[in-house]
Amino acid sequence: MIYIPETIKSAFRSLLLNKVRTALTMLGVIIGVFSVVSLVSVVQGFQNYITDQFNALGSNLILVTPSFGGANQDPSRAFMGNKLSTKNVDTIQLFVGDKIEAITPSIRVVKQVKYKTKTYTATLVGGNYASYKVYDLETAYGDYYKKADDTKSAKVVFISWGVKKDLFGDKNPVGEKVKIENITFDVVGVAKPKGGTFDERVFIPATTAIELLDLETVSSIAVKVKEEYDLDEVMHEIKVALLRDMKADDFSVTTQKDILASIDQILSVLSVALAAVAGISLLVGGIGIMNIMLVSVTERTQEIGLRKALGATSKNIGMQFLTESIIISLTGGILGLLFGYLGTIAISSFLRATIPWWAVIIALGFSVIVGVVFGTYPALSASKKDPIEALRFE
Amino acid sequence: MIPVLKAQNVWKIYDMGADRIEALRDVNIEIFKGEFVAIVGKSGSGKSTLMHILGLLDTPTQGKVILNGVDTKGMTEKQLAQVRNNEIGFVFQSFNLLQRTTVLDNVILPLKYSRVPSSEWERKAREVIELVGLTDRIRNKSNELSGGQKQRVAIARAMVNDPSIILADEPTGNLDSKTGDEIIKNFLKLNDRGKTIVLVTHDDELAEIAQRKIVLRDGTVVK
Repeated sequence: MIYIPETIKSAFRSLLLNKVRTALTMLGVIIGVFSVVSLVSVVQGFQNYITDQFNALGSNLILVTPSFGGANQDPSRAFMGNKLSTKNVDTIQLFVGDKIEAITPSIRVVKQVKYKTKTYTATLVGGNYASYKVYDLETAYGDYYKKADDTKSAKVVFISWGVKKDLFGDKNPVGEKVKIENITFDVVGVAKPKGGTFDERVFIPATTAIELLDLETVSSIAVKVKEEYDLDEVMHEIKVALLRDMKADDFSVTTQKDILASIDQILSVLSVALAAVAGISLLVGGIGIMNIMLVSVTERTQEIGLRKALGATSKNIGMQFLTESIIISLTGGILGLLFGYLGTIAISSFLRATIPWWAVIIALGFSVIVGVVFGTYPALSASKKDPIEALRFE
Repeated sequence: MIPVLKAQNVWKIYDMGADRIEALRDVNIEIFKGEFVAIVGKSGSGKSTLMHILGLLDTPTQGKVILNGVDTKGMTEKQLAQVRNNEIGFVFQSFNLLQRTTVLDNVILPLKYSRVPSSEWERKAREVIELVGLTDRIRNKSNELSGGQKQRVAIARAMVNDPSIILADEPTGNLDSKTGDEIIKNFLKLNDRGKTIVLVTHDDELAEIAQRKIVLRDGTVVK
């Protein structure tokens, strides 16, 4: 009879006799678990990032975009054949106006915003005076542009917190002038910080954007539905309204929930695929363990013979070697997890990466499985050694 | 009186294809409590095979080994391991200590496979280490000891479970004569305390110290 704690203690003692070898063997599992954990946490980080972005918009948002025309069509069609215009905004307003809180055309381009000698590369968003409601913007300084600014295509700009900090520092920029595409804009207000890419945006009236960029179409139309109405119902009504001016193939109406769900799905598949690839390194780590354990069994043949002579059963011997390989792989798994966690902390300033609980369980579970699977053959070969031959072994 | 150890009509035959090697041929021996017996024979006489069979590390092809009146034939691997652990103490020519492990841990090793509670291990080990005079070396690692000291650790290890019999296979074979004498003194001391000892050796002179000699030649007991 031999107690489990004694087997574990004895396994640790044997492993510590060859510290370097044990550490190198462990390295395979450490790298395997580290890569599984860090890849999963990065994907999780992206997922968090996207979710945050969508949450910032609120859940009752409907987006009208040029149609992607289905999977078997040229994706560029969505841009080339874009037929969305401000006219469609009016149509929606006319037919569904009573059910919506706000509606805005949306034009997005990346442009440089200049203030004196400073330049900021921002996402320029062209929207109407009501777009602040759609985007859930709150004002820190000044005010959002007014309906009149929309009508006369005024050269006014409402900037986000990140742009304000970069170009103006701590000072209140309302009333200052900035240049976009060499045209001077008056800063009318600053948004409160909102997080993510929201803080890298500048907002100008949609009419101004159309004029400035010489556009005929808009990138999308965003509709914020009143809380009391059902999102799917309103979505259907918007579709019906738009079919007066366009063909069903020309546009698509989605809720941001749908978009979020499809991105989530893509990221989940990506996450599993990356974990599988990283899992291969865990397999390689396991082969390393088996290799070293087989060497160890041969080296310790005499010890096996001695233990048997002194009263160890084959089961005792097998358990001893199996425990050693499980300790190597589990310790490797714990260290890999720890390094993965440290890695997550290291990138936390760029990405809100998190290690999901299931990744911890899978990483530790797999390292134990690796230890058992790759430790069984060496343990069996140790347990089967004939004590007399083992004692004679030099 | 029941012998501590008895080999009855023991044969050990190795079938190696066309060759048939009879390592032991109808061996009958009895060893009684408190005896100091030497099994002597030249190389190839079958003495090591006999020791392995007496020590229950190997099984006879025919015949049986009876330990303390109990027939060991048909015992399971687990039962044999338990009997080896409780009843037999081994001392080997090449000491066979665990490398880079302390004297104390080496001596404790058989206790780990016994039913003795772990709280008792150190006390029992210290007792036998004192008996072989190595108390001051108790925390030393096996690789820090001289040959004689190593063999004394092996004797302590063989004694720790208080076995019925100690089987020593050429225990002085790897030692110089002076150190060898000291080891033999240790065995004599144990024998004086009533321990049954079987010494396997090719050295006739060494065998003289035993009370009784069993001489093996070509697998047969000749004397």
